[in-house]
Amino acid sequence: MKVSSVRDLEKLKAKGMATLCPDKIKIMVGMATCGQSMGAGAVFDAIAAGVKKNKINAVVKKTGCIGLCHEEPLVDVLLPGSPRLTYSRMNQEKVAALLEGLRNGAVIKGALGRMDEDEFLLGDTARPYKKGKVKKEILSVPAYKDLSFYKKQKKIALRNCGTIDPEDICEYIAKGGYFSLASILAKKSPEDVIAEVERSGLRGRGGAGFLTGRKWRICREAEGDEKYIICNADEGDPGAYMDRSLLEGDPHTVIEGMIIAGFAIGAQQGFMYVRAEYPLVLERLKKALKQAEGYGLLGKNIFNSGFSFTITISRGAGAFVCGEETALIKSIEGEWGEPRQRPPFPAQSGLWGKPTVINNVETFANVAPIMVRGASWFSSLGTKQSKGTKVFSLVGKVNRIGLVEVPMGTKLKQLIYDIGGGIPNGRALKAVQTGGPSGGCIPKELINLPVDYEVLAEAGSIMGSGGLIVMDDRTCMVDVAKYFVSFLADESCGKCTPCRVGIKRMKDLLEDITEGRGSREDLVLLENMADAIKESALCGLGKTAPNPVLSTLVYFKDEYLAHIKDKRCPAGVCKALITYTIDRKMCTGCGACVKVCPVSAIEGEKKQPHMIVAEKCIKCGACFEICPAEAVVK
Amino acid sequence: MESFSRSTIDGFIKKYQNGTSSLIATLQDIQEACGYLSRDAIAYFSASAHVPLSKIYCIATFYRSFSLTPRGKNLVSVCLGTACHVKNGENILHKVGRDLGLEACEGTTDDRLFTLEKVRCMGCCSMAPVVRINDDTYGNLNQSAVPKLFAHYRKAEKE
Repeated sequence: MKVSSVRDLEKLKAKGMATLCPDKIKIMVGMATCGQSMGAGAVFDAIAAGVKKNKINAVVKKTGCIGLCHEEPLVDVLLPGSPRLTYSRMNQEKVAALLEGLRNGAVIKGALGRMDEDEFLLGDTARPYKKGKVKKEILSVPAYKDLSFYKKQKKIALRNCGTIDPEDICEYIAKGGYFSLASILAKKSPEDVIAEVERSGLRGRGGAGFLTGRKWRICREAEGDEKYIICNADEGDPGAYMDRSLLEGDPHTVIEGMIIAGFAIGAQQGFMYVRAEYPLVLERLKKALKQAEGYGLLGKNIFNSGFSFTITISRGAGAFVCGEETALIKSIEGEWGEPRQRPPFPAQSGLWGKPTVINNVETFANVAPIMVRGASWFSSLGTKQSKGTKVFSLVGKVNRIGLVEVPMGTKLKQLIYDIGGGIPNGRALKAVQTGGPSGGCIPKELINLPVDYEVLAEAGSIMGSGGLIVMDDRTCMVDVAKYFVSFLADESCGKCTPCRVGIKRMKDLLEDITEGRGSREDLVLLENMADAIKESALCGLGKTAPNPVLSTLVYFKDEYLAHIKDKRCPAGVCKALITYTIDRKMCTGCGACVKVCPVSAIEGEKKQPHMIVAEKCIKCGACFEICPAEAVVK
Repeated sequence: MESFSRSTIDGFIKKYQNGTSSLIATLQDIQEACGYLSRDAIAYFSASAHVPLSKIYCIATFYRSFSLTPRGKNLVSVCLGTACHVKNGENILHKVGRDLGLEACEGTTDDRLFTLEKVRCMGCCSMAPVVRINDDTYGNLNQSAVPKLFAHYRKAEKE
């Protein structure tokens, strides 16, 4: 069936609604990569088999990630006319109890949260799940809007993740998808679209924060008949998985954004450059594109408007530098991904020398909501210069690890403590790292800073693509600087000398410091080199590479000095500067450490205090991890 | 004996020559079909498609996902993303290296059962530190949990 009018779209919407909010029981399993790695596949199979065996009249569906990564695998149950209930950390036992409850019509205990309404894109409506009276037991489950993890979140890009089946285009349409595209193609000019995106204040979510509307305008005005749209899904920053979750949970929102962008700039062809390490993204994208093509939402003469647009997937082959736009273009062209000098910017001369708009996954996900709800709605969220929301992967030493979306201007402190629930094991916060290898470390003294492109840059970091790594007092900041610099030394494409040689030399210096060979002069040299690389590297990745070093030098100089002057790693991380010993008073002589030591460096009689032979010890830390009495100290 | 099937590669060459597949995509196809980029396979491709061998070598060594040497039956990827790093992923890597007898923490075991590689973030940060073997991900690891990881694959090989 080819969709050629809003009326056709309405038919698919009805089809989607029938599975989105069915008249019978619905069970959803979170099946993004994070859920699957925690065993969601087995949970899904058990539920599907159990429903069949017990003849329970229910729809069993896959869904994406709702963000509660620390509670995976997640299962949601939706009874007709009743709020949606979320069950966490599901296993075979819990599945059996759930099926038993469904068979008897009893409320299943232990729900983590209750969702009272579902938000739809069209008409700005929140549609309640409940109809009529709801059982008391259900109402006693905490509502999502009261959960500390959700209270301060606002979902625009992630609006459908964890609610719809990403492999079913009709459910996306039921939530209001593709209606925006239909109305644009029927009533609006490319100029209208660009003006609306400009007014919204949307900025690139890949890190640098260039105004999306302006980029589109430059490309629209550039000379040439052939133009291209590229979606950058080469999410390479370690500790960041926003784009992965988005594409796994709601691929059509990105596709719709790309088609709208294509219409705005006058392009007929789009490319989706996907990171090599994301097999599930590829699988879901392929399905999504096939469905969109099948309904004529991609291809020739979309909605009978005369506008045609196709999207091709381009698989990355594993190179961090290909996240940089000019390198990415080279890679799509089939070459090795070396960046080139800008200008000309890709919007003027990009893929095969034609004007090209490259936007990040999350940027495209914001486009349809802006077009439906209007620029002023979008720009009412956020700060003066940073509008809308931002998705973060909140990871590291934080209690509630997960994927969150908050209005710009939310304080880092709120992210770490209110949403993230603070630091595990009662330890102290030390810093938070944003922006991946191009970003910096923000110390705990500054966590009152809001999430805002300019504010984070002023603090020596960047907004980046959204990785937010929380670090506690057992994280060594010199080691973190060394980690990022080593990463970049590995990933430097080698084209320009400042990056190829400069970063390698910075790595050598940091290795000297963490291994006790550093001097005070090294710190001066590090700073000088950092400045030189910032000034002279060819591409954005090289220019920002010194940020992790510079920010730690500013905020954590005493830690550098402890390594240099006292030959001591205060956080107990740098192997060359620590020694493991056993506290004789604490040791119970259980022998657990003896069993795990790979080099037989631990001696002692049973039930007598043990000791570590320093000459043999390779400092692997296995005894430290295993000791039940916490008698191993470093 | 050749390490590849000519007819398979001829199919890829056709796609490359009619412009539906880029050089990178073609090499990805060859690697998927042959398990790695063997010398004779890329030499054959180079000669038939008129692509200089030096250019192929350049791409094959620029991108990390290409391998010029045969890989083991099971691919072990140890994550060293930032979240895994701050949760002692490095120690896990060394433990895996010791257990597999790959002191350099990379490469393929002599029996070709395992290939060990480092990965910078697989996006499973909530369960850091993480190790992936083929398609299965194991999270929240400590060093003592590592030996158990391989037992299943070693057993499967014996059977």
